[in-house]
Amino acid sequence: MMTGDWLDIGPVDQITPGNARTLPVQDGDEIAIFRTSGGDFHALVNSCPHKQGPLSQGIVHNGVVTCPLHNWHISLRTGEALGEDKGCVPVIPLKIDAGRIFLLRDAVIGRRAA
Amino acid sequence: MEFQDGARIGMRPALVGEEDILTPSDDRREHLVVVGNGMAGCRAVEELLARDAGRYRVTIFGAEPHVNYNRIMLSPVLAGEKSFEDIIINDRAWYAENGIDLIAGDPVTAIDRTAKTVTSQSGRTTGYDKLLIATGSDPFIIPVPGKDLPGVISFRDMKDVDTMLAAAAGGGDAIVIGGGLLGLEAAHGLTLRGMKVTVLHIMPTLMERQLDEAAGWLLKTALEGRGQTILTGADTAEIYGDGKVEGIRLKDGRDIPASLVVMAVGIRPAVALAREAGLDIGRGIKVDDHMVTSDPDVLAVGECVEHEGNVYGLVAPLWDMCRSLADGLTDRHTGYKGSVTSTKLKVAGLDVFSAGDFSGGEGCEDIVLRDASRGVYKRVVVKEDRVIGAVLYGDTVDGGWYFDLLKRGEDIADIRDLLIFGQGFASGGGALDPKAAVAALSDDAEICGCNGVSKSQVVASIGGGACSLDAVRATCKASASCGSCTGLVETLLALTLGDDVKSGPKTMCKCTSFGHDDVRREIVAQDMRSIPEVMQKLHWSTPDGCSSCRPALNYYLLCALPGDYVDDQQSRFVNERMHANIQKDGTYSVVPRMWGGLTNPRELRAIADVVEKYDAPMVKVTGGQRLDIFGIKKEDLPAVWADLNAAGMVSGHAYGKSLRTVKTCVGSEWCRFGTQDSTGLGVKTERMTWGSWMPHKFKIAVSGCPRNCAEATIKDFGVVCVDSGYELHVGGNGGIHVRVTDLLCKVATEQEAMDYCAAFIQLYREEARYLERTAPWIERVGVDYIKTRIVADDTGREALRARFLFSQSFSQDDPWAERAAGAHAELHQHIAHVRPMETV
Repeated sequence: MMTGDWLDIGPVDQITPGNARTLPVQDGDEIAIFRTSGGDFHALVNSCPHKQGPLSQGIVHNGVVTCPLHNWHISLRTGEALGEDKGCVPVIPLKIDAGRIFLLRDAVIGRRAA
Repeated sequence: MEFQDGARIGMRPALVGEEDILTPSDDRREHLVVVGNGMAGCRAVEELLARDAGRYRVTIFGAEPHVNYNRIMLSPVLAGEKSFEDIIINDRAWYAENGIDLIAGDPVTAIDRTAKTVTSQSGRTTGYDKLLIATGSDPFIIPVPGKDLPGVISFRDMKDVDTMLAAAAGGGDAIVIGGGLLGLEAAHGLTLRGMKVTVLHIMPTLMERQLDEAAGWLLKTALEGRGQTILTGADTAEIYGDGKVEGIRLKDGRDIPASLVVMAVGIRPAVALAREAGLDIGRGIKVDDHMVTSDPDVLAVGECVEHEGNVYGLVAPLWDMCRSLADGLTDRHTGYKGSVTSTKLKVAGLDVFSAGDFSGGEGCEDIVLRDASRGVYKRVVVKEDRVIGAVLYGDTVDGGWYFDLLKRGEDIADIRDLLIFGQGFASGGGALDPKAAVAALSDDAEICGCNGVSKSQVVASIGGGACSLDAVRATCKASASCGSCTGLVETLLALTLGDDVKSGPKTMCKCTSFGHDDVRREIVAQDMRSIPEVMQKLHWSTPDGCSSCRPALNYYLLCALPGDYVDDQQSRFVNERMHANIQKDGTYSVVPRMWGGLTNPRELRAIADVVEKYDAPMVKVTGGQRLDIFGIKKEDLPAVWADLNAAGMVSGHAYGKSLRTVKTCVGSEWCRFGTQDSTGLGVKTERMTWGSWMPHKFKIAVSGCPRNCAEATIKDFGVVCVDSGYELHVGGNGGIHVRVTDLLCKVATEQEAMDYCAAFIQLYREEARYLERTAPWIERVGVDYIKTRIVADDTGREALRARFLFSQSFSQDDPWAERAAGAHAELHQHIAHVRPMETV
């Protein structure tokens, strides 16, 4: 189980199903928070392992986001590239509590220090 | 069966001559006080009585002035199918026979854990040895203005039902806020009672927590068929009325009148009493496996508790909890292990089932069966040969079986091929070979229900030379309509021909067995109106498509239903969603339209100002005769557009599968070789065609003489002016495979040139496949076909032109202006900002 502090990112209805929003962290880095059409939430570093495309801008379908730059398919759960492509983007632990989105503080702040 | 508020009910039996029943004062048994006379509290007592009837003296406090009734059955009471008496679980006799003291209509307002007493609203203080909190949940009231107006109610207890029935007696309009189970049940009941009901749901699909998009769409369609108005994506701004409710205003400005508003947006564990008493609270009252709270003498059960981080709002977990609780109170200590929940319901008479995890994801495989004519949708989610989730709509007979497989974690590898057909098929003859099953079908067994084709007819067609799926569809029509029998036809092909089966045309994507042309034809033939509807009727094998088929379907629907179809932003590629071109660093480039390549000082100043104000690192003249501003952040796009709009410029659609530019040369106005006003014709053509969505990008050029300075012969539509008129060229491309245009024809007037242009574009829009440029399209269908449709057929050309112009009447609103005015602001803003704090 994940332990530690959680950052409150705000209410879930800020993201409509099938969409993503971004959270800027350090030096232009961003975290992308996705909401699938099925209502699941996932957070990834907003950078495709291929050419650092902004995954938040891709089409979300069936637990996968398609990178807008070169159509790599990235799993929202594991951050791994699917199919023939190889690569992985860090997953940021996320939880939903009482209708609000929380990200694991260390994973967000840790990225600042990195 | 009502009691007066605060009255203590004489449930305690008379004692005269009865030695085995003791009065409280001389009853030395441990005293169990139950706070909550609902389903959980009473069920816990029932379980306890079943194990050790005499062990505890029991007192139950209830807030409502009723005996214990089945809250789930309030919907049939509202609908008029049942009376209150029908839904009573424990009548007065039960309390009496079991020596239970019921104090109804007098809620407990305080717990003193030190003194071990509870105090009720009327001031009664009662001591306890063990306290059981079963306060259930409270309806969630959305905090909008007017929420407290008379006529605004929730749907939680018998009092709410009485209010609704009184309102319905007067007829009129009702609004239900919330498209979940409770809201839809309320809407159904009010509709049956004669009210005109509008359901407002903030999410895009109904019951999104129980149903996926496809099933939610089916449900919405069915409810609309019953006369309800369902508004999804509807966010309430305020409830208004003078002294009582008169209507609701939505955040998008819509105004809906109503004399009754039912708020059914959700429930929350009722924890106020427990929190006040200092018990550990998370989302609910925290309990261990024996339903004991942070105080060993205080237990809690039902919707008000949180166990292992989970809060349940369904009835099945409640039964499990009550068993563990009663075991614990009678020293058996089996322990509650949490519940895997399933939902099997009739929503307004429609069968719906869901269980487990149906959100999908990698490693998960979906097995989907859609039977369009019966309105059935079945989806089973499988991971590592185990069922992990299921959604059923219309036919829920096998819900229990899937749920059983899920809970037991059974390996389904052996029955996988037949799993979706249900228990009857899958476990009927053990591990049945689907091929053998098809082979065993009788000759007159129906294969294709849509077209009434039997097995023998399919086999005869194959025997007659049809050696591919497509050939079978063409000859005997099997699998040519809804496609649900495609698998059967393929099996018959394999059985009849072995390895000689020819693979069919390329399908649209892996989500469907249909090709682009089939899908388009069926969209028009069956008058389909939304992406979920197409996926349902054409038996998509994935729940919500993929990044290939969603944009294509969105385009096909947009093309088929001009003015009617609501564009699905989630099915747009990033550039079309953001109305700008994404660059490799994630910033965007912005290209305002310059009609025919013309510009003026005002536009140039505005562009220069934008470049400086937003620090754009580069401006470039494009090949399409306009200016491209690079390096704009997504957050700045709306402000950039507002500045460009202010100078009279609109989107150049440099990002879209749409009309891009009309390139021109200077023509007869200035050029000594010019034969016609090519610039003027270019501007007029661009004014006519801008804003139109196409299968792929589309470029036009007009050259003023055969020297062709505007490079019209490598454009999708090119005009080359000559002394005697206008040569029209089609199907050119300057891309990887350069293709020079084919000459379509020559016309005498500007107006004809524009009419032919409009007709050609519409033919391309209606018949080319998504992402097919005009060049490969014309290579595929042949330029002679284009000539037949555009040149030879005057009536047909005019009809195409008219359809194009009709469609254009809906598409020439500047998308930038809408965004600059605030539409879809969330696409341009971060969700939040992290402010660093010094860590110690």
